[in-house]
Amino acid sequence: MQLSADEPLLSLNGVTLARGGRTLLENVDVSVAPGRIVTIIGPNGAGKTTLVRVMLGLEKPDRGRVERARGLTVGYMPQRLVVPMHMPLNVERFIRLGGNVDRPALRDVAVEVGVAHLLTRPMQALSGGEHQRVMLCRALVRDPGLLVLDEPVQGVDVGGQAALYQLISRIRQRRGCAVVMVSHDLHLVMASTDEVLCLNRHVCCAGTPDSVSQHSEFLALFGPEVYRSMAPYTHHHDHRHTMHGDVVEQQDG
Amino acid sequence: MDDFLVRAVLAGCGVALVCGVLGVFVVWRRMAYFGDTVSHAALLGVVVGVVSGIQANLAVLLVSVVVSFALLALSRRRAWTPDTLLGILAHGSLALGLVILSMVETARIDLLALLFGDILSVTTRDVAVVWIGAVLVLGLAAALWRPLLAISVHEELARVEGVRVALVESALMLMIAAVIAIAMKIVGILLITSLLVIPAATARRFSRGPEQMALFAVLCGAVAVFGGLAGSWQWNTPAGPSIVVAALALFIVSGMMRAPASA
Repeated sequence: MQLSADEPLLSLNGVTLARGGRTLLENVDVSVAPGRIVTIIGPNGAGKTTLVRVMLGLEKPDRGRVERARGLTVGYMPQRLVVPMHMPLNVERFIRLGGNVDRPALRDVAVEVGVAHLLTRPMQALSGGEHQRVMLCRALVRDPGLLVLDEPVQGVDVGGQAALYQLISRIRQRRGCAVVMVSHDLHLVMASTDEVLCLNRHVCCAGTPDSVSQHSEFLALFGPEVYRSMAPYTHHHDHRHTMHGDVVEQQDG
Repeated sequence: MDDFLVRAVLAGCGVALVCGVLGVFVVWRRMAYFGDTVSHAALLGVVVGVVSGIQANLAVLLVSVVVSFALLALSRRRAWTPDTLLGILAHGSLALGLVILSMVETARIDLLALLFGDILSVTTRDVAVVWIGAVLVLGLAAALWRPLLAISVHEELARVEGVRVALVESALMLMIAAVIAIAMKIVGILLITSLLVIPAATARRFSRGPEQMALFAVLCGAVAVFGGLAGSWQWNTPAGPSIVVAALALFIVSGMMRAPASA
């Protein structure tokens, strides 16, 4: 797939969506450039999953435009997936439901995300962390230009969460795919994302983790103590953004 | 063996074949009550056939399809929960069928046979209808196998991966309506769902993959047909219910056996 570097893979312009008389998204603009990690954060009910569904084309906005680069392949990891209890399905078959992949290619991806030893295991017999990695594997075998991950660390224990975010960073580095993910654990995400989109039905603020974390609307939503509690965490990670100094693109909210 | 018994076995095995393959989806997608509702509506189909002169199987298929899609459309509107809708349509259409039936009263209709089946009276033509229908349904199921599995696991993920979910879902409902139209004569409209659900549920414990579960469900269904017919012959019991009782016995006995390791 050939995609020029400056064309966004996906862009939303002025997306507004209401369901059942409630406005879920209001005039939202998002742009995802190739190879970038964009994290959507926001309180419960902020419309994060709705926004992702619009991006994926699962939901049609009432107003606004959704544009996708031509020939873009999307790998999607839904927030909650439960294989029917009475469907005997092992991990390899589950991954294959996503499309035709030859065995060696599937094995390579399974090794990359650390599920190669699980391929013959029934889907119902996976731990939370294993389950998420298997879903990631299914998304990756499509060789996507864009990975969309809705709360990828859900159901994963705390130690595993950091490891999963690191895995996502490594995948982006190795494959050069863009990543859009939804999260509400600010601590871990700040260290592994290029851009943050703070959503509360409308886009409160967007930019680099540094700039967003000092933005007044972000602080109003999450409180300054969140930012302070974040600082020691981000120091544990070997990331490219410093939390102090180097403040960029402070936007008007 | 008598001719009518041969025809009964042939028709029964054809029904076991389609019911096994589609039954696994009924179990996975929790469509048991859906199947029940559409089969109740089949009585209305028979009545429509009598009144309009349309061939019986075709009339049943038509009405089953209409009811299936009505259910789909109504459940999408979310005005009522699915179980309430199913309850209204299942018994509403059954009652409507019975009322209209009493009004036309050509008296050629054997109500008991409609409700509980009459496998021992199937004609060669009936056997042909069963097998032609079975081959068509299985062909469609085979062609759509992976998308059918994918939407049974997660519809939206399947959609993002390029599956035309609405189309595949409609095809599944069409297939279930077709199964009801061809199985009605064998076990009757009140017992059809049991042949979709019980063999598939029996097969679950022994299966390591979706195809294996479908295959075992077919085998369980065939065993139930033979067992039911044998029992019916031996003890002079009604054949349709005897087949279902045999399927039930198989389910209970297999449930008491130790499940194979890591199945």
